[in-house]
Amino acid sequence: MVDLALIWAGLIAFSVFAYVVLDGFDLGIGILFPLFKGRDRDVAMNSIAPVWDGNETWLVLGGGGLMAVFPVVYATVLPALYAPLIAMLLALIFRGVAFEFRWRTKRGRSWWDAGFFGGSLIASFMQGIALGALVQGIVIEDRAYAGGWWDWLTPFSLLTGVALATGYALLGSTWLVMKTTGNLRDIAQKVARLSALGMLTLIGAVSLWTPFLNPIYLERWFKWPTMLFSGIVPVLVLACFWWLWRSLSAQRDTAPFLAALGLFALSFTGLGISFFPYIVPGALTIQEAAAPPESLGFLLAGAVVLVPIILIYTAYAYWVFRGKVDPEEGYH
Amino acid sequence: MFEGFDALMLARAQFAFTVSFHIIFPAFSIGLASYLAVLEGLWLIRRDPVYMAIFDYWKKVFALSFGMGVVSGIVMSYQFGTNWAEFSDKAGPVIGPLMGYEVLTAFFLEAGFLGVMLFGLNRVGPKLHFTATVMVAVGTLISATWILAVNSWMQTPQGHVINEVGQFIPQDWWAIIFSPSFPYRLVHMVLAAYLTTAFVVGAVGAFHLLRKRGGRPARIMFSMAMWMAAIVAPIQIFAGDLHGLNTFEHQPAKVAAMEGHYETHEDGAPLILFGLPDDEAEETRFALEIPKLGSLILTHHLDGEVKGLKAFPKEDRPPAEIVFWSFRIMVGLGFLMLFIGAWSLFRRFGPGDLYSDKWLHRAAVLMGPSGFIAVLAGWVTTEVGRQPFTVYGLMRTAESASPIEAPAVGASLLAFVIVYFLVFGAGVFYMLRLMRKPPDTPDTEEDKVPTRAAGLTPAQAVEATSAGGNHG
Repeated sequence: MVDLALIWAGLIAFSVFAYVVLDGFDLGIGILFPLFKGRDRDVAMNSIAPVWDGNETWLVLGGGGLMAVFPVVYATVLPALYAPLIAMLLALIFRGVAFEFRWRTKRGRSWWDAGFFGGSLIASFMQGIALGALVQGIVIEDRAYAGGWWDWLTPFSLLTGVALATGYALLGSTWLVMKTTGNLRDIAQKVARLSALGMLTLIGAVSLWTPFLNPIYLERWFKWPTMLFSGIVPVLVLACFWWLWRSLSAQRDTAPFLAALGLFALSFTGLGISFFPYIVPGALTIQEAAAPPESLGFLLAGAVVLVPIILIYTAYAYWVFRGKVDPEEGYH
Repeated sequence: MFEGFDALMLARAQFAFTVSFHIIFPAFSIGLASYLAVLEGLWLIRRDPVYMAIFDYWKKVFALSFGMGVVSGIVMSYQFGTNWAEFSDKAGPVIGPLMGYEVLTAFFLEAGFLGVMLFGLNRVGPKLHFTATVMVAVGTLISATWILAVNSWMQTPQGHVINEVGQFIPQDWWAIIFSPSFPYRLVHMVLAAYLTTAFVVGAVGAFHLLRKRGGRPARIMFSMAMWMAAIVAPIQIFAGDLHGLNTFEHQPAKVAAMEGHYETHEDGAPLILFGLPDDEAEETRFALEIPKLGSLILTHHLDGEVKGLKAFPKEDRPPAEIVFWSFRIMVGLGFLMLFIGAWSLFRRFGPGDLYSDKWLHRAAVLMGPSGFIAVLAGWVTTEVGRQPFTVYGLMRTAESASPIEAPAVGASLLAFVIVYFLVFGAGVFYMLRLMRKPPDTPDTEEDKVPTRAAGLTPAQAVEATSAGGNHG
């Protein structure tokens, strides 16, 4: 018997991860925007202009998919995170329109650049807060959110907010190391080192804090035999960080970005280890929250065909715009 | 603040506000994407650079409109969960997979190829670029198909059962997707999007013709738009009529509200042209009516029975005061569009000239925003007309909302209003500014730079456009 709910949990996790790393690097570029001046800003933005829209589509798949296959999660987690999610949506508006608007006005350009920076920063911070609030656990009674309106705001969620924004800055800066040359690349290189150190510290802080939020996490991470398995992840994090540091020192183009992706993949795996078999920690398991098999099967039939096709043409779109960004290019 | 407000009303206001702003952009993008595909196709076939000039002109407008559609659409995909949690939990198993398919088959396709379409012409060459443009256009149509399947199921639900926790459980996906109102709604909406775009393009062409500039591109734009108006407007009126008959069959209370009928007419209902519906008094005051015509339209018999709102329990009725007027605005604009189309045919084949009739141009400029207004009025008609239900007859709007208190919803509503007016106001301003600039005319460039433009083929035009494409 195929476990549809488990497959879907995996697919949702995949699309959330795809969103985090893909929109992560273009949100990161937004966060770093004030560090660049004049022409460098144009180049930084042009390096993501053809792909940001596809990157953000994974967020829609995460949301829409959750409603389809885990409707009760969609119906409880979203109200629980009402304020940070609304703030994220509004922030995404400012940064999304900036891609076009900043080319349409000379006088107003600095305003839309500010919107691009502020929108990217707030969206990233809010996503981190949402993650932290979810890890902390939310109160669900009778298939509805039963907590208060400020439950999401805690020192822990603020920490995860800062951590995610820092991680996005790392992704963005290593992306620019890969895609650009000259002065812009030099700045990105420096930022990559700083944000890598910051991210390592913050991953450490979040990881040490998490087990004390919920006894399940403590058991998962510090009890035999799962400890053996979960002990591997921190070791790999350190290895990845070492690779990132070395490749930056060696002036490599692509390796730093791949190493940054590795750090995200490992952090994500760590979350998976903490969560499983829950989808909302302590409140709903994957099996409890799943939609009826009729819904899961119907969408899965399409997803197994369509997701590979999507990955192929997304890869094609990236391939079309491969290599370093030509500062003279762009239709504006 | 917001203490005295009802959380449900605020949530409804927020949804109405955000979805109304959102629909403006896709309604325009659907038509514009198809128009761009047609222009690029004509450029490849006829090898006439004028089509590429028009393509480039509208491409910039499209990029703006599409971007605003994307960011306002993300809001929609999360708002079901944040503000309509009960509805999402109960109806999610049915409509969730349909929206999932929309993302998988349409959103990724549009987003994946949009980058190539906007930035990739000289990287991939004209043929692959054309493929990308077609993919974007097809994506917008697939997207419309799924989301209208969702809406149609909510209007005329079938193919499901209800389980012990009150969730709608899909039984027959074919029946769910092809619910009774779906084919009519889909055709009506896609045609509306095409007409919306046609009238914007026509208005821009006419504007530049009136100012005696824009040359051949402006004339071609205007002519193509007027063909669309002449052909699509009558089809749309016919399709709208069929849609109305379908609504009469499945949602008679909505039709009663649209028509302003409170009393049931067993032997022939009049057609109320104008009047003032009053839901409190349950009558339409000052009604200007034509006897029997209402029954003739709805039942195709002079004496056919038309149910009035009083035939439904008061708590199951939609507010006629809104629906009656929104319906008349939509229909009125539809007939004005038909009139413009007919006028253009008269100028094309009769006396005078399509390109020198100043009054036709003025009328076309005035009708530029008509599509948007008609689309909004139409959606108000169908969405307010299906109240007080979210899933028609099965789930009430009042039972659909999240347990969120008024101050929270009020604050988010206020934030949406401020941000949307600021951001999308600026976006619309930039779009209008782009449209105010006349399109480049390759004819005149040809005189100035004979070497580059001599015997322009698409391949050479690529170089020409990329060389000239860097003015921001």
